[in-house]
Formats: sequence, C-alpha cells, structure tokens
Amino acid sequence: MSKAGTHTGAQLIWECLTREGVTTVFGYPGGAILPTYDAMVDFSIRHVLVRHEQSAVHMADGYARASGRVGVVVATSGPGATNLVTGLATAMMDSTPLVAITGQVGSGVLGTDAFQEVDITGITLPVTKHNYLVTRAADIVPALREAFAVAKSGRSGPVLVDITKDAQQGRADLDWEAAEPIRHLRHLPPPLDPEALARALELIRHAKRPIILAGHGIQMSGARAEVLTLAERADIPFALTLLGLGAVPATHPLSLGMMGMHGEAWVNKAIQEADLLLAFGMRFDDRVTGKLKEYAPHAKKIHIDIDASELGKNVPVDVAIAGDLLTVLRALLPDVPVADRSKWLKQIRGWRGDSAVRDIKNLPDDGHLYAAHVMHDLWRLTGGNAVVVTDVGQHQMWEAQYYHHDAERSLITSGGAGTMGFALPAAIGAKLARPEAEVWVVAGDGGFQMTFAELMTAVQEGVKVNIAIINNGFLGMVRQWQALFYEGRYAATPILSPDFVKLAGAFGIHGQRVDTRADLAEAVAAARAAEGTALIEFRVEQEDSVYPMVPAGAALHEMIRRPATHAGASAIAETGSDPV
Amino acid sequence: MPHVLVVYTDDEPGVLTRVASLFRRRGFNIHSLTVGPTERPHQSRMTIVVDAEEATVRLAVEHLRKQVSVLEVQQLGDRPKVVRDLALIRVAAGLDVRSEVLQLAQVFRANVVDIAGDSLAIECTGGPDKIDALVDALRPFGILELGRTGAVAMARGSRASPQPRLTAAPQPASNQAMSV
Ligand SMILES: Cc1ncc(C[n+]2csc(CCOP(=O)(O)OP(=O)(O)O)c2C)c(N)n1
Ligand SMILES: [Mg+2]
Repeated sequence: MSKAGTHTGAQLIWECLTREGVTTVFGYPGGAILPTYDAMVDFSIRHVLVRHEQSAVHMADGYARASGRVGVVVATSGPGATNLVTGLATAMMDSTPLVAITGQVGSGVLGTDAFQEVDITGITLPVTKHNYLVTRAADIVPALREAFAVAKSGRSGPVLVDITKDAQQGRADLDWEAAEPIRHLRHLPPPLDPEALARALELIRHAKRPIILAGHGIQMSGARAEVLTLAERADIPFALTLLGLGAVPATHPLSLGMMGMHGEAWVNKAIQEADLLLAFGMRFDDRVTGKLKEYAPHAKKIHIDIDASELGKNVPVDVAIAGDLLTVLRALLPDVPVADRSKWLKQIRGWRGDSAVRDIKNLPDDGHLYAAHVMHDLWRLTGGNAVVVTDVGQHQMWEAQYYHHDAERSLITSGGAGTMGFALPAAIGAKLARPEAEVWVVAGDGGFQMTFAELMTAVQEGVKVNIAIINNGFLGMVRQWQALFYEGRYAATPILSPDFVKLAGAFGIHGQRVDTRADLAEAVAAARAAEGTALIEFRVEQEDSVYPMVPAGAALHEMIRRPATHAGASAIAETGSDPV
Repeated sequence: MPHVLVVYTDDEPGVLTRVASLFRRRGFNIHSLTVGPTERPHQSRMTIVVDAEEATVRLAVEHLRKQVSVLEVQQLGDRPKVVRDLALIRVAAGLDVRSEVLQLAQVFRANVVDIAGDSLAIECTGGPDKIDALVDALRPFGILELGRTGAVAMARGSRASPQPRLTAAPQPASNQAMSV
C-alpha cells in the first residue's frame, strides 16, 4: 500500500463523485466498503440508507429516469454486491445510466474465497455495460471517470466499479485531467449515410398508411420536438411502446396510444395494416411485435436507433440508421414534405369501433371497484401531472392504458425486465430527483410486498410519495394467464396481504382503504394532503383481466377482447393455445 | 458458413471472458478463437471464426463494437485473406510405415518435430482445408494425439484495404490488468 499521494482511495471516490455532479447516492454499508463510508462524512453528498441493496439500485434507477442524471449506488462486497444483480439487470434492459460502486476484499486475498468475497465483476458481466475491478488507489479516478462516461454515452446503461478494500485505504494523487476518459468514444455511431436518409425520405414521401412507433429512445435522445414536428408536418400518427409513454403526449391528436400485447386493438390493427413503420428509438421487443412472421406484413420499415446491434435484430428493416435520434431527425426534417393523410387517420378512427363500448371505464358503476376506474380517476384527480411509478403486473398495464401521460419522464416502469418490487424504491428515487413533482406509486399487492420495507427509508429520509396499492388478492397477471391458458388452475397465485392500513400505521405514515369508487376521490385528496408518504389500499375486483390481449406468440391482430356484455370476473378466452 | 473476424482489444485480463460471454449469451457459434499480442504494446488481436449466417455475423460485429475494451472489428468477409492454422499431430509410425508417413509429411510441407520409437510428431501450418486433408491422410496410420491452434487470419494487402482504426488506448483505466 502506497504511503505517497494526496488522497486516500476512499477520498478519491467521493472527490470523483462530487466532480461528476453527484448529489445523492443510494447505499448500504459493510466491511469491505467501510473505508469509503468513513470518508463520506467529509463530503456534502447525500447518502440514502436503503433497507435492501436491490432497492438501492431501483432508487438510483428511478432517480436517473426521472431526471436524466446518472444514478449512483454504493454497496459492500459479497451479499451486498449480489443483492444488486436484479437492479442492474432491470437498468440494463431499460438503458438506465447508473454507476454502482462495490467494496471488495483486499487484493492480497482475492481469489481465496475470503470472507464476503464474490466475483461480482464476473457475476454482473452480462447485466452491465461494462465493469471494473480496481485494486490500486491510483486507478480509482480513471475507472470512475470512465464509468460515468460509459454509463451516459451511446445507449446508456449501468456500470459497476468493484474496488478492493486496500485500494480504498491506499493513497494516490488526484490527477483529474490525466484521467480524462476516451475509450467510450471508440464506438460512436458512424457519420450519417446520406443515401440511407434519402431512402428514408423516399419511403416517407410515398407512404399512404405510415405509423411512427415511438419508443424510449425519444426521451433519452431529447428528440420530442423533432418527432412531433415530423408527425405533424407529414400527418403521421404515432403508436407508443410502454417505455415510450410520455415521450410524446398522449393527448396529442396524432397519438394512437400504446401498441403491443396490451395495446389498444385498433392500434395493433393499424400497425398490421400500415404500409410504412417509422421506428424511433424502440427495439421491436416481442411484447410489441407478437408473432414476428406475421408482424406488419405490408409495411416497409425504417428503424432509427443509437444501438446498431438492435437494427435488424428481430425485424428485418428496409432502412436502418444507427445514430442519435435527434441528430438523425434534424438531418431528415428539412426534406420531409407536408402531407395530408386524413384518409388513413379516418380509417384508423373507424377501427376504434366498439372499443369505447367495451372500455371498462365506461361501464356503469355496478358497485364493484375496478383497477381501471382507479387509474382513470387518479389521472383526472392529479390533472395528469403526476410522475407515476408502476410495479409489474395487471395494474401496470391498466396504468399504461388509463393514465394518459403527456409529459416526458412522467411514467417510470420496469419494461424490459418486468421486475416486481421496482415501484416503491424507484418512486423514492424519482422524488429525490424531482422534489417538486407529485410522485405516485402504483403497485400490486404482490409486488408491493417484495420491497415495502423501503417505506421506512421514505420515512427516515423525509420523502413523500403517494402509494396506490391495487389489491386484487392475486398475483393478478399470472392468474390471468392461468385463467386464459391453463384452464383456470390458480397454482400459487392467490396471495394474502397484511392489513395495509395497519402496516402504514406501523411505519408511521398515513394509510387508508378504499372499497368503492365513490370513496376514491376523497382518499386521493387525503393522501395528497398528508404531510409525508401516504398509502391507499384499493380493494379491487379480484378476477378481472387486462384487455385487449395478444397472447404471447400470436400475431398482433389476434387479440382477445373484453367480452362486450360482461366486464367482470372469469372472461372466457377466445383462444385456447398455450402462449409460452 | 464460417466468417472470419479480426478483433483488436486492449490487452487486459477479462477481455477474453467478455468476448466469449457475449458470443455464448447471444448464441453466436464460435468455430475457433485465437488471441495473442500485436506489434503494439497493450493491444491484443483475436481471430474469431464464426459459424453463422451473414446477418447474424453482422449483429455479432455490432455487439463486439459496443465493448469498451474493443478497439476495432474487421469482418474479412469475401476480401482476399490469409488464414492459417497450426496443427501438431502425433501419428503411429512403426518402422514399417515410417517412410510412408514421412513422404506424406513432405507432400504437405509439414515438419517432423519429434521422433519416438513407434510414433512421429508432425507440425503443419496452413489453411484449415490443408490441415484437414493432412489429418485425413494420416488417419489410416493411427492418430495418437492432435492439437490445433484455430485460425489466425489477416486480410491480404491491397490499395483498398483499410488500416485498422487504432486510436491510442488510454492506459487501461480498468480492471483486472491492475491486479497485484
Ligand atoms: C421479481 C418477479 N417475480 C415474478 C414475476 C412474474 N410476475 C409477473 S406479473 C406477476 C404478478 C404480480 O402480482 P401483483 O403484484 O399483485 O400485481 P397484479 O398483476 O395483481 O396487478 C408476477 C408474479 C415478475 N415479473 N417479477
Ligand atoms: Mg395483485
């Protein structure tokens, strides 16, 4: 261990974070990261003590998604580090820029199965953009600077930096300039190919039935205005992916709504009938394409994404452009001709047909509380201005269908990974990133029970989030599949919950239960007015299903629709095939 | 169909794992992978022979290009190239057949690198086809041991052949390279 040097490795870590503009980190201490915690008190970075390291990553993830900044996590070696894995995988799938710092056993005992040693760089290799094992204090600043650059550049994502205890304790000089990262610049997108742009313009010019597929990449690239300009000028409607919700406004006249497995039937129909798809910052996930062989059979496809390895991965495309969406659209826009596609728009409107009638939110109040009602009313009561952080399951889809997101970064949800337990911690992170925002958690009774210990983190940190638990007494989304594809055998999906109101009491927060739609508005008002975090348990219809639904593996237009006559319980499937 | 990729990387431990893990995870079939130092310090060069369709190989290339430790990926494709494999073959060769084996080795311009009482070790360099042919020719005598390096490849020089974009690598800020 070197005695020379102006700083200890631990000080260099905080010095580095400070210079990177980090103001908040999420973490949990332990032996191998103790030197770093010891040095923390001399720096003015806020540390949020979580109740489980997985939640620390979700918090950093929510923080990053709400703000566009890099989220930072600190954890100890061994179990502390392995607890990060699900969070990192979640962030990787949804391209969230994160830097996770883990302590590691001393370099002298690496590889000896020392106490709390795990090969976390090996374990996280496939769920991080890159990772580092740092064994000397002098390498800390170069590794961390590069980690931030890698996390943010290109298609962003999580990076892990594992730092041995002796590296934290050792000394080194702080040479910021010498540590300027450059390797992340190696693989910037190639210069735009004018020929590809020309072909894209040609396709746009000739398209009679075009649709924009609006993805997460729009807000990551900051291309909202350009997408809207293109859509309006060329009169092209847009359909959104789950993570694209909010990237362009839901209430825009050209907005069709969500596509895919639980997208609107007419949106999927329109995609199947389209003659041109303009895929902007999305990756043709199986949840949006359905059966690939029958996906948008009449459409030419233009795919623009910053990640060249996404082009042609799932869907063969006619024009593939690897690049930052904003840059590409700015290059295209001057030559996009004004057009009138009212005939096409009218045709799509026609397909809405009986959808509104089947729409559960328009059904008469029969005394039952439906999750869709809760979402619809929550949208109205918050003026559509809340940041909603959802968990994973039926409630997530209902939120996506009935809470209309106009603002960017107003829906935070685990899309690619579908990680239950994400919502509460991610919401706490989001609120810390944007204290002025009204933040709502929408979680199922199942997912909420995975991470509700973080209620205490919210209390300890004085964070106010409002929580809507959609309690249907089931792992609802799985139960729905069992109802539709497994002859209604509910194996391991009925789930008991604690008394959530009492639970709220135990955490010292406001808690309330709602059984009928009539009581909803008052409860929401009380939660909003409560000083700290507030929880509402909505006891909703137990065996309701999310419609429409494209069974996994079916073509996009083969949707199961909500039975027109009866909105409730055991909807009978119109298809019997096993989806997986 | 086999495709030949040449990949330049930073010379740091872990790079091979990253590349191998990427191929495994994405289901790209590696036929052979060789790695060694280059004329530049801190840089390694891999030759990867991938058994896949053209479109899959393109994806593999794009995935490799996303790796922080990868400097440059060349897909040799149809370009004129030299592909060489080295094989060490121990073949049963009692006195009765020894001259026959030696003659075969000569035809293939292979060297005898070890002579034992009842066997010969033969070293042969060449394109994979040539080595396959030698192995086939020797098989009737009885192959006792066979080791092959896997292909090392290089594009043939021509006015058009681009130089690899060898941006100066920063002193690896990462990684296992700096372990004790
Ligand atoms: C960590 C994790 N485990 C399992 C699943 C599989 N899964 C997807 S949705 C779901 C049910 C969620 O139940 P709940 O939280 O009550 O929400 P609901 O569907 O009832 O609205 C399950 C188990 C998952 N997505 N994540
Ligand atoms: Mg539930």
